[in-house]
Amino acid sequence: MAAVENTLFSPQTAARFDKLVTLYPIKRSALVPMLLYAQDEVGYVSDEVVAEIAKRLDLLELDVRNVLSYYSMLRTKPAGKYNVQVCTNISCMLRGGYELLDHCKSTLGIGHKGVTADGMFSLEEVECIGACCWAPAVQVNYDFHDDLTPAKLDAVLETYREGRGTDVH
Amino acid sequence: MPRLVSHPDEVKVLSRRFGQGAAEIDKYIELDGYKAVQKAIESGPEWVINEMKASGLRGRGGAGFPTGMKWSFVPKQSEKPKYVLVNGDESEPGTCKDHIIFLHDPHAVIEGTMIAGLAIGAKMGFIYLRGEYRYLLKIVEKAVADAYAKGILGKNIFGKEGLDFDIVTQTGAGAYEVGEESALMESLEGKRGVPRIKPPFPAVVGLYGGPTVINNAETIASAPHILLMGGEAYAKLGSERNGGTRLFGISGHVERPGVYELPMGYSLRKAIFEVAGGIKDGKKLKAVVPGGSSCPVLKADEIDVGLDFDQMAKAGTMLGSGGIVVLDESVSIVEFALRTINFYQHESCGWCIPCREGTDWLKKTMTRFHAGGGSKKDIDNMQYLAENMLGRTFCPLGDAAAMPMIGFYKKFRSEFEDYVAGARVENPLIEIKPIGEPALIGAAH
Ligand SMILES: Cc1cc2nc3c(=O)[nH]c(=O)nc-3n(C[C@H](O)[C@H](O)[C@H](O)COP(=O)(O)O)c2cc1C
Ligand code: SF4
Ligand code: FES
Repeated sequence: MAAVENTLFSPQTAARFDKLVTLYPIKRSALVPMLLYAQDEVGYVSDEVVAEIAKRLDLLELDVRNVLSYYSMLRTKPAGKYNVQVCTNISCMLRGGYELLDHCKSTLGIGHKGVTADGMFSLEEVECIGACCWAPAVQVNYDFHDDLTPAKLDAVLETYREGRGTDVH
Repeated sequence: MPRLVSHPDEVKVLSRRFGQGAAEIDKYIELDGYKAVQKAIESGPEWVINEMKASGLRGRGGAGFPTGMKWSFVPKQSEKPKYVLVNGDESEPGTCKDHIIFLHDPHAVIEGTMIAGLAIGAKMGFIYLRGEYRYLLKIVEKAVADAYAKGILGKNIFGKEGLDFDIVTQTGAGAYEVGEESALMESLEGKRGVPRIKPPFPAVVGLYGGPTVINNAETIASAPHILLMGGEAYAKLGSERNGGTRLFGISGHVERPGVYELPMGYSLRKAIFEVAGGIKDGKKLKAVVPGGSSCPVLKADEIDVGLDFDQMAKAGTMLGSGGIVVLDESVSIVEFALRTINFYQHESCGWCIPCREGTDWLKKTMTRFHAGGGSKKDIDNMQYLAENMLGRTFCPLGDAAAMPMIGFYKKFRSEFEDYVAGARVENPLIEIKPIGEPALIGAAH
């Protein structure tokens, strides 16, 4: 079967998608991971991404949007290059999660879901990220940083600013 | 990177390979890895299920359903393929135990999945991790690939003609509700995580319409250990009707937070004051949320209780996901309750009215209450509202939201009343919107 023409994604991602659709008993099972991997590459789930994924999975764009709107990690607008996600749920709240959030708001000069003017950082207050015993925890893109203080977080953000931050994909 | 902790009272069964590099397949095999599944292949499905029943293992995902029994419900004959589904969605606030299993012992999850597959006659398993766990997904993906390369997964496994087993890993994309078993199946089928009506139960009609066993990642990772040591020996480690050990995450205001493996039935008081080193900075204990955020709170004088499903139920709360959250005297219960309901309101999938509207009204009222616009009647109303959500929702998320709130209103009522009388949190963490903002509209005095 001829694969759908790839206009948006890197060859690696396109190859990953070609493989993904073969893994499951039904193609549609690849939808959620595809949306996430597409977002990792493009930065957000654009209209073009929706259209191409719909084509790849023989779905209506409406089906794709329906799923897209359900999951909190998926976004339809660009975030910063580094998306700083601060957990303020109960375990983190007890150990300074809100302090970290306030600190980010003032040092980055943006609020929840805001993006810095240079596009470097965006900020999000998130629900529990599964690092409760190492609280307070923050995720920058997919990287976990735990047991933080405002000063430690500053140092972490500095590594990203300098392009030394790791970034799992 | 999560720190590993240790305490002499721990009984390391599930965690015995942690910190030893067992994510590498050779190391895993050196540490008795993949022996249990071979034993299971030789001894057959009935033996496996009997050992699992004898072990007294109860599901570690929250509800504590006996695992051996769950596996035995799957019909022997089925026209549709059967599946094993591993729930690694781990999103209950206070819970991070599956996190370190995936990190330190991913092959135990793979081996457990294979064992469950053998027991029920499935040839395919799925390991679903929450979307935030990307680095863990990579570790699990590598482990799966290594197992394929060694002939442990795939066709003719362990060189046995006609014996096949495949594992596919899957990522979520952020949604607590997807942890609910039928919502997880919807998500894995590429849909919104809206739960399915039951019956039929997953054991009969599950993933892709086939009979499916769904278990929490820790439950699954326990299976190889049980088969190696024998079900009865495993059962003896724990308490009555609660076999074995469990990973307890102790977080919040303790000196040494972390994930500890303790025998089922271990004292909650000792877990906090000895294992986790007591309350941070010499403060006083105020309250404990014993098994993830959906479990009703225990007051400081209610912690002389054993950590197992039955004893916790007797104490009016739940063992849940084993995430023990400890609150010191400085915590405002009003604020803590607000943070709790904010979470459930955010995560309600909106499918049924008592949950969607109930969590929303509780959040609105709590927001106003926290801001100082509450009345005595609000306390009664909120409790009444929460009590009327119980058992009236489509899936257990509605209960998970209502139960902790009822606990706060009942056990810390005086704190809510003080609030009405003018008391306030000294340094509120959650932003208070000025009077007149939407949060305060409708404040009745
Ligand atoms: C709203 C909701 C969220 C849940 N989240 C999880 C979860 O993140 N991980 C999990 O293992 N079980 C979760 N469960 C429980 C599952 O529905 C299911 O009972 C469990 O995976 C069964 O596995 P076990 O028998 O091994 O415990 C959740 C249930 C509900 C109602
Ligand atoms: S109880 Fe809540 S989460 Fe569950 S189906 Fe109803 S609205 Fe959705
Ligand atoms: S509460 Fe913050 S990681 Fe769980």
